[in-house]
Amino acid sequence: MELIVALIPLLPFAGFVITLLLGKWVLGKRADVIPVLMATASWVLSMYVFVRVVADPEYVFDWNAFTWISSGALETTWGFYIDPLAAIMLLVVGTIGMVVHYYSIGYMKGDEGYYRFFAYLNLFMFAMFILVMANNYLLMFLAWEGVGLCSYLLIGFWFRKKSASQAGKKAFLVNRVGDFGFMLGMLLMFLTFGSLQFTEVFADVGAAGPAALLGICLLLFTGAVGKSAQFPLHVWLPDAMEGPTPVSALIHAATMVNAGVYMVARSYPLYIDSHTAMYVVMGVGTFTAIYAALIALTQNDIKRVIAYSTVSSLGFMFMALGSGAWVAGIFYLLTHGFFKGLLFLGSGAVIHAMSGQQDMRFMGGLRRKLPITYWTMMVGALAMVGIFPFAGFWAKDEIIGFEFTHHLYYIWVVGLITAFITGIYMFRLMFMTFHGQNRSSPGVQEHIHESRPIMTVPLIILAIPAALAGVLAGWPPESGWIHRFLHPVFFDIESEPFGIVAFILLLVSLVIGAAGITVAWYLYLQRPELPGRLAARFPRAYGASLNKFYMDEIYEAAVIRPVIGFAGWLWTFVDTRVIDGAVNGLAWLWGRFGRLLRPLQTGRAQSYALGILVGVVVLIVVFRIVEG
Amino acid sequence: MSWQDQMGFPILSVITYLPLAGVLLMLAFGRGRPGVYKLVALVATLAAFVLSVVMLFCFDTEAPGMQFTESFVWIESLNVRYGFGIDGIAALLVFLTTLLGVIVIIASWNYVKDRERGFFISLLLLQVGMTGVFCATDLFLFYIFWEVMLVPMYFIIGIWGGPRKVYAAIKFFLYTLVGSLLMLVAIIAVVLYSRGTAAGLTFDIQALSDIIYPYDLQIWAFLAFFLAFAIKVPMFPLHTWLPDAHVEAPTAGSVILAGVLLKMGGYGMLRFCLPMFPDASLDAVPYVIALSVIAIVYGALVSLRQKDLKKLVAYSSVSHMGFVTAGIFAAIAISDNPQGLEGAILVMFSHGILTGALFLMVGFLYERTHTREIAAMSGLAKPMPVLAAFLMVFTLGSLGLPGLSGFVGEFLSLLGLFHYDYAWGAVAAVGVVLAACYLLWMYQRVLFNDRGDPDIMPRDGLFDVRWREVASLTPLVVMAVWVGVYPDTFLNLLHTPVRELLADVGQTAQERHDSFPGVSELLAFVKGLF
Repeated sequence: MELIVALIPLLPFAGFVITLLLGKWVLGKRADVIPVLMATASWVLSMYVFVRVVADPEYVFDWNAFTWISSGALETTWGFYIDPLAAIMLLVVGTIGMVVHYYSIGYMKGDEGYYRFFAYLNLFMFAMFILVMANNYLLMFLAWEGVGLCSYLLIGFWFRKKSASQAGKKAFLVNRVGDFGFMLGMLLMFLTFGSLQFTEVFADVGAAGPAALLGICLLLFTGAVGKSAQFPLHVWLPDAMEGPTPVSALIHAATMVNAGVYMVARSYPLYIDSHTAMYVVMGVGTFTAIYAALIALTQNDIKRVIAYSTVSSLGFMFMALGSGAWVAGIFYLLTHGFFKGLLFLGSGAVIHAMSGQQDMRFMGGLRRKLPITYWTMMVGALAMVGIFPFAGFWAKDEIIGFEFTHHLYYIWVVGLITAFITGIYMFRLMFMTFHGQNRSSPGVQEHIHESRPIMTVPLIILAIPAALAGVLAGWPPESGWIHRFLHPVFFDIESEPFGIVAFILLLVSLVIGAAGITVAWYLYLQRPELPGRLAARFPRAYGASLNKFYMDEIYEAAVIRPVIGFAGWLWTFVDTRVIDGAVNGLAWLWGRFGRLLRPLQTGRAQSYALGILVGVVVLIVVFRIVEG
Repeated sequence: MSWQDQMGFPILSVITYLPLAGVLLMLAFGRGRPGVYKLVALVATLAAFVLSVVMLFCFDTEAPGMQFTESFVWIESLNVRYGFGIDGIAALLVFLTTLLGVIVIIASWNYVKDRERGFFISLLLLQVGMTGVFCATDLFLFYIFWEVMLVPMYFIIGIWGGPRKVYAAIKFFLYTLVGSLLMLVAIIAVVLYSRGTAAGLTFDIQALSDIIYPYDLQIWAFLAFFLAFAIKVPMFPLHTWLPDAHVEAPTAGSVILAGVLLKMGGYGMLRFCLPMFPDASLDAVPYVIALSVIAIVYGALVSLRQKDLKKLVAYSSVSHMGFVTAGIFAAIAISDNPQGLEGAILVMFSHGILTGALFLMVGFLYERTHTREIAAMSGLAKPMPVLAAFLMVFTLGSLGLPGLSGFVGEFLSLLGLFHYDYAWGAVAAVGVVLAACYLLWMYQRVLFNDRGDPDIMPRDGLFDVRWREVASLTPLVVMAVWVGVYPDTFLNLLHTPVRELLADVGQTAQERHDSFPGVSELLAFVKGLF
C-alpha cells in the first residue's frame, strides 16, 4: 500500500519533470503521451485505493514517509493518510483528472505551448493528490499552495494576453490572502496542540480552550474561503475563466476549488466542537450561494455563468457543512465534481465549435449541429438544477431538506430561492446556446461542427456519473451508501431513516427547480423579448448583477489603490526624503563643519606661531587659576 | 574537537586561504591574461567549495561546541590567538559562502571587460574575508576578517559599478565603517573587562561569552555590537545604503552582497550579542522585534513601487531579513522557542540562495536588454522560455512557496514570532502576502504580456540562457528544492548549536518570561470577548 500511495502523486510528478525538460525539443507533438499515461496510471492506482477502502470503510492508512520540517517540538512529515473521505476525493480527482487529460489532447491541439500545458496538468495532479492524501496540515498547505501555483500557471497559460496574465496573478494573490489565514491557523494550532498531524490534533481537541478552537477554525476557514472562492474572496474565480477550458473543468470546478470544502470536512473534529465557527461557515456559504446565483443570472459569457454557478455550488457545500449536514456536503462535492466538470468540458466543445466565441448572445440553435454536446450538457444541467433522477437531485435536495428538518428555516428558504434561480440561469444558458436561431456571423456558422471523439467521449464518460452517481450513492436519501461509507469520518453524525417529511421536502425542492426551468423556458424561448424589457425596467438591479455587485471596483477603491498609494508615499517620502535625507544630511553637515574649520589651515607660519603663543598664554592662565 | 582528531589537516584554514593562493597565482602570471585569471579563480573557489562539502560530511551534528578547531598563540602579550573553529551555524554559512563563491566566478565570466585581474582578485579576497569571519573563534581575528571584507567590496562597487558607483561605494563604506568602529570600541571595553575576571585577558569568543558582565557595560557594548550588525543586516531604518549599493554594484558584487554579506549581521547578533550580553539582549527584544516587523512590511511595500529590478530585489531583501532578526529575538524572549532561531538561520541560508539567484538573473536580463527598468521590458518569456522558467523558480521561492527553500525558514521564524506575540506574528505574515504581490507583479510585467515598444526593446540579442548561465543557476535550483523538500539535512546542523545558544541565554529568559505580553494574556483577552 505504501508504494501505491507514493506512486499516485509521484507518477504525475515524473511526467511533469520529463515533459518540461524534454517537451519542447524532443517530444514535440508527442508531448501528451507521457502525461496522459501518468494520469491514467494514477487513476488506476487511486481506484485501487478507493475500492480497498470501500471494501472496508474502517480501514485507516497513516504513513509517515520521511521528515519534512523538524525543529524543537515541531515535527512534520511527508506523510499520507487514507480514509473514506480521502478515498472519495481520490475518486473525484483521479477520474476527472484523467478524463480532462484525454480531452485536452483534442482541445489543445496545435497550441504552441502544448508540452507546457500537459506538464502543468501533471504538476497539478501531483499537488492535488498530495493535498487529499496529506496526513498533516503543513503538508496539506504545501499542496494547497502547489495547486494554487498550477492554477496561476494555467490561468495565465496564454501569458501574452494581458487579461490572462492579469487573471492568473489575481487568482494567486487573492488566494494568498486566504492562505495568510490558513498559515496563522496552523501557527495557532501548533501552539495549542503542539502538533500539526491530523491524528494527534484530533485526538486532543478537548484540551483546547473554546477561544483557541474558534480562532483556529475561523483562520483555517479563511483559507477555505480563498481557495473555494467564497464571498468576499470569490473575485478570482470568474476571472480564472481566462484559462483554457479543460483547466476550468479540472481545477476551477471539479477539484482544486473543492479543496476548501475538503479541508473543513477534514477538520470535522475541530469544527464540531466550535458551534460559532460552524455558524460562520454556514452563514458565509449560504450568502455566497444566493449571491453568486444572482450574478450568474445576467452574465453573457458561457464560461462565466458556469463559473458563478460553481461559486454558488461551493456555497451550498459550506452551507451543508456549517449546518451539520457533513455527509450531504461531501456527497454534493462528489456529484458536483462530475456534472460541473461535464458542463465545463461541454462549454469547451461549444466554444471550439463557435471558433472561440464565448458570448452566448452570439450563439443559439447549436442543438442539431452538436448533438452529443447538447445531450451530455443537458444531463449536466439537469443534475445541476437537481431534477430527478440525476446526480445533483440526491445531494442538493438532501442538503435543503436537512435545513428544514433541523429547524434552520431561513437557510432552507434561501436554499430554495437559490435552487429556483439555479434553474433559471442554467436553462437560460442551455436555451441561449442550443435552442432558437443561431446569431453568429455567417463565417463562424460555416465552421460549426461536433468535436472529435477525443473530446466527445470524455463528455459521455462524465455524463454517466452525472446521471447515476446520485442514485447509486444516495439512495435511500439521508441513509444511503455514502452515509454508511463516511460514517467512520463523521463519527458523531447519526443518519436518519427516510420518512414522509423528507419525501415532501424532496418534492418541494424538485418543484422549485422545475419552476426555475419553466421560467427560463418562458423568458428565453416563449417571450425572448421579455428579459430585455425586464432589464430596462429594473436598471439598477440588472446593472448590479451584471457588474458582479461592483466587488472588483470596491476592492480597487478600498484596498488596491490605498495600498499602492501608501507604498508610493513610503518610498518617495519616508524612504527617500526622511531616512535617506537624514543620512545624506548628516554627511552634508560634516562637510559644512569641515568647511568651517578650513580657514584655520592657512599654511602661513606666522599665524600658526600666533596660535601657539595664544595657546600657551591661555594654558598658563588656566593653570594659575586652577592651582591658585 | 580539533582538526587533528577529525580531518588530519586544518581544513578550515585551507578553505579560507585557498582563494588567497589563487590571488598569488594570478599575480605570478602577470598582466593581460584574462583567460588565466578566470580559470585560476574558478579552480580556487571550486576547490574551496569541494572542501567545504567534505567538511559538512565530516561534521558531527551531535557534538557540542566548536569543531575542526585550530588554535595557536599569535600575539602573546595580548593573549591573542589564531583561533578557527565552527559550529553547525557557521558550517552552514561557510558552505553558502563557498557555493556562491563558485557561482559568481562562473557568472562573471564575460561580465567584466576591463581590469579583469583586479576584479577576480577582489572577489577572491572578499571570499577570504567572509569565510574567515565565520570561522574565527578569536575576537581579534574576527575583527580583522570583518574589516578585510570591506575593502574588496568597496573596490568592486567603486571600480566596476554603474554610473553612481562612487556615491554608492562611499556610502556603503562609511555606513559599514561607522558600525565596525563602534564595535571596535566595544571589543576593547569587553576585553579590558575580561582582564579583571577569572578568565584573565582574553580574546577568545567562548571565554568572553562565559563572563557575566555588569549591566551597564552590557547595555553599551550590546548597542555598539548591535549597531554594527544592524547596519549589515540591514535593519530598518539603517537600510538606505543597500539599494544604492545594489543598483551600482556589478552582478557579482550584488550576489555576494545579498548572498553573504548581509548574513554577517544576523550571524554576528547570534554569535556575539546574545551569548555575551544576554540581559541587554532580552531588554532589547521588544524594540528589535518592532523594528524587524516594520522592516518586513515596510520593505515589502516599498518593493511594490520600485521601477528598477535591482532596487526591487534590494528592498525585498530588507523585508526578508526582517524575518531573521525577528526570529532570533523572538527565540530568546520566551523559553522553548527554538523554531524562531532555527528559522532565522534558515532564512539567512535560503535568502542567500534565492536572492543571490535573483540578482544573477537580473544581471542576465541586463546583459540582454541593457536596461533594468521594469517598464521597459515585457513579454520576455516568449524569446527566453528557459530563462523565464528559472526566474519563476526563484521568484516562487522568494515569495515563500512551500516546497522551496524560502518557506521553511519563514514559517519557522513566523512560528517563533507568533509564539512570542500573536499580533506581531500576524503583522509579519502580511509581509508574506505582500511578497507575492510585488514579486508576481514584477514577473508579470517583465516576462508576460505582449512585447513593448520596439524602440525601447532591441529585438535582437534576446537569446535564451547560455550553458554557462545554466551552469551557474542549476546548483541554486537544486539547493532551493533541497531545502524546501528535505530541510532536515540543514536543520540537523542547527539543532545542537541552537540548543546551546538558547541555554546560554535561557537562564535569564526563564525569570523574565512573565513580563512579556504573551499567549496567555491574549487568550484571556479573547475569552473576555465571549
